[in-house]
Amino acid sequence: MADGVRFEGDLAALPTHGFGHRSITWWGIIGFMVVEGMFFALSFAAYFFILDKEQTWPPAPLAPPDLLAGSLLTILILLTEIPNSWIKRAAERYDLATVRKGLVVMSAAVIPLFVLRGFEFASLNVSWTDNAYGSVMWLLLFLHTTHLVTDWGDTLVLTALMFTEHGKEANRFVDTSENALYWRFVWLSWLLIYLLIYWVPRWLP
Amino acid sequence: MTGIARDGEALKGAELEGRLDRTWRPAPGLWGWLTTVDHKDIGRRYIYTAMTFLILGSILSVAMRLQLARPESGLISPARYNQIFTMHGTTMMFLFAVPVMEAAAIYVIPLMMGTRNIAFPRLNAFSYWTYLFGALLLWVGFVLNVGPDAGWFMYTPLSGPQFSPGKRTDIWAQMITFTEVAGLAVAIELTATILKFRAPGMSLNRMPLYAWAILVTSIMIILSLPAVALCSGMLIADRLIGTQFFNPFEHGDPLLWQHLFWFFAHPEVYIIFLPATGFVSQIVETFTGRPVIAYPAMVLAVVATGFLSFGVWVHHMFATGLPRLGYDFYTAATMAVAIPASIQIFCWIATMWLGKPRYATPFLYVIAFIVTFVIGGLSGVMVASVPLDLQFHDTYFVVAHFHYVLVGGAVFPLLGALTYWFPKFSGRMLSEGLGKLAFWLIFLGFNIAFFPMHITGMLGMPRRVYTYPANMGWDGLNMLSSIGVGVIVLGGLVFLANVALTLRRPRDAAPNPWNAASLEWAAASPPPPYNFPHVPVVRSATPLWEQGPLPVMTGLRVDDRELLITTAIDARPDIRYPSPEGTIWPLLSAIALAALFIGSIFTPWAVVIGLAPLGVAFLAWFWPKGSPTAEPVIE
Ligand code: HEM
Ligand SMILES: [Cu+2]
Repeated sequence: MADGVRFEGDLAALPTHGFGHRSITWWGIIGFMVVEGMFFALSFAAYFFILDKEQTWPPAPLAPPDLLAGSLLTILILLTEIPNSWIKRAAERYDLATVRKGLVVMSAAVIPLFVLRGFEFASLNVSWTDNAYGSVMWLLLFLHTTHLVTDWGDTLVLTALMFTEHGKEANRFVDTSENALYWRFVWLSWLLIYLLIYWVPRWLP
Repeated sequence: MTGIARDGEALKGAELEGRLDRTWRPAPGLWGWLTTVDHKDIGRRYIYTAMTFLILGSILSVAMRLQLARPESGLISPARYNQIFTMHGTTMMFLFAVPVMEAAAIYVIPLMMGTRNIAFPRLNAFSYWTYLFGALLLWVGFVLNVGPDAGWFMYTPLSGPQFSPGKRTDIWAQMITFTEVAGLAVAIELTATILKFRAPGMSLNRMPLYAWAILVTSIMIILSLPAVALCSGMLIADRLIGTQFFNPFEHGDPLLWQHLFWFFAHPEVYIIFLPATGFVSQIVETFTGRPVIAYPAMVLAVVATGFLSFGVWVHHMFATGLPRLGYDFYTAATMAVAIPASIQIFCWIATMWLGKPRYATPFLYVIAFIVTFVIGGLSGVMVASVPLDLQFHDTYFVVAHFHYVLVGGAVFPLLGALTYWFPKFSGRMLSEGLGKLAFWLIFLGFNIAFFPMHITGMLGMPRRVYTYPANMGWDGLNMLSSIGVGVIVLGGLVFLANVALTLRRPRDAAPNPWNAASLEWAAASPPPPYNFPHVPVVRSATPLWEQGPLPVMTGLRVDDRELLITTAIDARPDIRYPSPEGTIWPLLSAIALAALFIGSIFTPWAVVIGLAPLGVAFLAWFWPKGSPTAEPVIE
């Protein structure tokens, strides 16, 4: 800026954080959600591509996956939205005590999901090596499990962080709110996968 | 809020710059080199690395042209030739072209937006290291004679467990995973930077066309790279743990590979081409002394190209047998891509016509781009028609076509852009004499090398053959192509010599040596670590061509890294935001990730075991250091 500058306005009074689309964290999370959403969408496309080549779905003589574990998981994961919304709202009014409690609840609530997920793998009634149908079923369940794992990791770290002095910083409340947003993506995407794994094989002849 | 140092009337000039420098400068020495998160350091490094792969890829192409210069030549064995063309294509597409386009944007975009660093700067450092390790995996594999050999698009079943035993294909597939992680990270950073870090007043309709091109490219990367990451993941699973995605005997389908791969790889061509159009728009503006005409049409053309490029991937599969309507649809869609491309070309030509062109080296590359790209576009419209494609498929006609669009459409603008921004990167102007010499050698050599391939192709010479019999009528043309490559190599050497000689001179470039209009030219050449002492304000699409001193805003913190976030559409100031310090953890995370990916080639358990160190590294990366800052904690 060799030729000099002209001052016109000062930024000192601006805030140092904002929620939702005002925050950079939100843009990053949205970016990752779109990336992962594409992974899911393309896996769904692969599912239907393989389905299209089969006479029956699941290919005879295989039986569709057993419903119990997956359905329980679906109910439970929908229920987690209660503490999740609670945390998100608390974060947006900087209510540290509630955020702390909520995060502990969330960290614990995910554990039974892992147990059920284990049973889900066992109730697919097909191995990934059997045929393309088996491969794609395992792919869908595996992809979703990686999301459970990463989000659980995030939540644990965030929980620990909120119990330190860093928890008082405004931008940590933004992080908490965006972490809750990501969890919504995790369970919303599960609803679609649940349909593809458990119900499409039952609805198709 | 007193006691916090901020720029303003009371703190400006040398005093301000010294303090900002202390805040933003990376640590000294090797440690600083490993820990820096400055977008200029990472961008420069990314550019150097990608250009190194351009050189390596070119060396492979020279080897191929030596072999093909004469019929029945025995220089290179058939198996080695397969590896060489696979490595050439893979290196050029995955290690050079896409990374270099992102690399240039990492350097230029934050400056052009008038901000101090890229969004998510640590992710940016992580991305570079991940890319580097993926690239090394591929090349170390090649040197150890486990380089891939099934072509750059790795078609199954050839690349499957049955026909490609050994590790060659696995190395290729994991290299893909590395580069896709790296590429996606940069795309997210650039999107956030362009939408949220713009200087106050730079509403979307005042944004330079290059930024538009990068915005659309980044969104395309976000939407398309998952496809190749997914299918290479499926391929490696088929090969290593016995899934059946592509195995027709267990109801898989090799065409699934082709769909997923081209769903990525057709947009990839535009991911390479659109940033190049952005270079061209900036260079045309600067060297004609007027904004590119019909700005809204240019922006719409870029957006339309992005959209259309997702609807045409099947044109790579005309030879696989499609429903009749499929042929018609994909031919029409493919030809439609020519419309926005033509709009852009007409706008550039009209701008040159109305302006006063200065024929400096960057501008020459733009003219070469237009000529070459139009030829490549025309042969593209030819192969978009199914009857012609069925004739030309897998011949040298196609090799000629895609080099006209890739080299003409991307490498020429890139060389122009590197020359154009070289003073910004390094503080020195490249020599115009050597620059023009290199330009003419490269441009003429390119046409001598590749124009004849249209004819060799029409005469029936297939691609991917390690040799050919004499007297097919191909001998002279092949010799001519090889001579042309020799001329390109000379040109490349002159280009490199120019860079090397220039870097030995003292820094003397002014901030705005070409009299350009966009904000990066308001920063010093090269810019200091904090880019701008005050936040620049934008009043028009060509801020540096406005009369009077540059308007700026004050009030960002000086003793802590802080930058300005503005609203996405109008760029009104919204938030002062902390920007992270340098750290070693992105590098260590990338090392942990590399161990996991490379280990997974040998045992699937590496994925499980490798998660622990990766988790630790990520934890250390994200955990805040020191005590909370002096700002009010909860406002
Ligand atoms: C230095 C200039 C270059 C020369 C002389 C050159 C030469 C060649 C030749 C002779 C082939 C055909 C090999 C065969 O089918 O047997 C080839 C293939 C290819 N080239 Fe280039 N090339 C150059 C630059 C580039 C650039 C800059 C790119 C991309 C940005 C590129 C991308 C490719 C691809 C994707 C293939 C197909 C590889 C395959 O069949 O798997 N080339 N090149
Ligand atoms: Cu294409």
